[in-house]
Amino acid sequence: MNMFWSRHSHRPEHARPSGAAPDQAAGSSSAPAALKARDLTVGYRQGTRTRVVNRGLNLCLRRGTLAALLGPNGAGKSTLMRTLAGLQPPLAGEVWLDGRPLRALSANELARNLAVVLTDRVDAGYMSAYALAALGRYPYTSWDGRLSAEDEAIVQEAMRAARCESLAARAASELSDGERQRVMLARALAQQTPIVLLDEPTAFLDLPRRIEIMHLLRDLAHDTGRAFLISTHDLELALRFADELWLMAADGAFSVGAPEEVSARGDLLRAFAAEGDEVQRYLQGIHR
Amino acid sequence: MNLSLPRAGRASDRPASPFPPLGMRRPMWLALIALVAAAFVASLALGAVRIPLDEVLRALAGGQASKDTWQTIVLTFRLPKAITALLAGAALGVAGLQMQTLFRNPLADPFVLGISSGASLGVALMVLGGAAVSASVFGRTALLGEFGLVTAAALGAAAIFVVVLTIARRVQSVVTLLVLGLMIGYLTGAVVSLLIYFSIPEQVAAYINWTFGSFGGVTWQQMRVFAPALLIGLAAALAGVKPLNALLLGENYARSMGVNVRAARWWVTASASLLAGAVTAFCGPIAFLGVAVPHLCRALFATNDHRVLMPAVILLGGALALVFDLIAQMPGARFTLPINVVTAALGAPIVLWVILRRQSFARV
Repeated sequence: MNMFWSRHSHRPEHARPSGAAPDQAAGSSSAPAALKARDLTVGYRQGTRTRVVNRGLNLCLRRGTLAALLGPNGAGKSTLMRTLAGLQPPLAGEVWLDGRPLRALSANELARNLAVVLTDRVDAGYMSAYALAALGRYPYTSWDGRLSAEDEAIVQEAMRAARCESLAARAASELSDGERQRVMLARALAQQTPIVLLDEPTAFLDLPRRIEIMHLLRDLAHDTGRAFLISTHDLELALRFADELWLMAADGAFSVGAPEEVSARGDLLRAFAAEGDEVQRYLQGIHR
Repeated sequence: MNLSLPRAGRASDRPASPFPPLGMRRPMWLALIALVAAAFVASLALGAVRIPLDEVLRALAGGQASKDTWQTIVLTFRLPKAITALLAGAALGVAGLQMQTLFRNPLADPFVLGISSGASLGVALMVLGGAAVSASVFGRTALLGEFGLVTAAALGAAAIFVVVLTIARRVQSVVTLLVLGLMIGYLTGAVVSLLIYFSIPEQVAAYINWTFGSFGGVTWQQMRVFAPALLIGLAAALAGVKPLNALLLGENYARSMGVNVRAARWWVTASASLLAGAVTAFCGPIAFLGVAVPHLCRALFATNDHRVLMPAVILLGGALALVFDLIAQMPGARFTLPINVVTAALGAPIVLWVILRRQSFARV
């Protein structure tokens, strides 16, 4: 824990690229886009019936940034995350990954470009945390899944980056929620993808662990050039740590921008406009 | 080693690495192989007639045992039976392991897919329904009867197999598949009950006798079908080991790591059905090996890695089937217990012991 803080305490706050140019709607950095969508409609299709959760979404996830998807429950955050991850097809529009449509990629290609950390319960039983993280090498191993020395080195590096190498020998089933979240993050890092999506990575964690994870994700984004997108309910942490906020209102309105920008435009209040006075007053308090 | 460079740790990590080895321990392999070999030889030597070890080995090696009867007993009866037990145990264990991982359910086994129910239905239709044609059909000694029984069971298993595979290709959720298997089991159970209700006692006895299970019914003739079927199934299971590890995390994670989930599910269903169907057809519905062996292997090797578990289950499943069969014969006694009595009586406590000993496993 101490190491964790000391390593980052010298990092200047304004090192965030988002601070540089707060004038562009699609994102404040000029880094290349890793994931893009135009006129995206997300939702569910069952038989002939479709349920549109959100339509007309334009978004762009850039390399080297941490983007946070915020919005009230039911706004469609999870649906969007699943669609961007290729776990469900869009109802209309297209998700582009490095200039190629997501659905044109093979399962293996997709796995080499995009990793996810989900809220799905993981019951890994007897598996060690190391073996769990090592599953991230899946897209790179041959038919029998054997890890080369290089693969193992990559997994170990990923566990160090996710600050969980000391957990390596522990049984995955005996990890706390925060520990498991970091091991699952290490697994995603070991997948060596330019894009990592995390669905509510701070859920179930206590405040110190939430701060640690957000800190870690932002540093990883800046240091490794990966693009991170998280969905979260942690407004304050997102305002503090994310380079970019994606706001999804209950009525389907979608707005994007650096935290300062979003605050200045009053988008945050608008995203939660359907909520009662208490919520509005609280939000006003957050960004003064 | 080099303390002046903080990053030079890579090579010097080795002695005190925080990362546990991913593979498996060699002594455990050797112990398992020795167990299989010992159980195999013992099952040739022991039984109603006790044959000295050197005579067994001489007969096996192609020589002539000092008594003709010993030669016949070893080569004609005990050898095919031992091979059958070895293959059947391995097959049931493997099918159980695959099912448990695919369904993420520690209680899943080959019976879950309804394959064994299909085989039972085939046998019931044949013995109870068709027995009116000829009384000799269900005579345990009649070769025709034996063959007919196997054919009926294989047809029943295959029919359910085709149904399950057809649906498995369209079904999205594994839970649906699980429910499907259960419902097929209930449906066939209903038909079997109906048949039993309207049958004469001798026919019912013949059917019940089949449900007791036996490794002794496979002749050399039948072995030509039985052994290749199981070897193909086992090879397919070994080849499909990689996605199983990813599936431990659930289908969403598996897909995100590049697993073609539908293809993997099809592969597992096909190989498990082939293994379970063939065993049930030739040996009857053998209980508990499919559930118990994977649990035992996880506890013994303290791993969930299928690259380790799959070969371990094959070896331990074969060894356990041989040992259980030996116990069923009660060496020295003149009668033989039904194999299912032994597998259930010893298998159930094993599963209990494993689950209680390892509490974290109760959550799986």
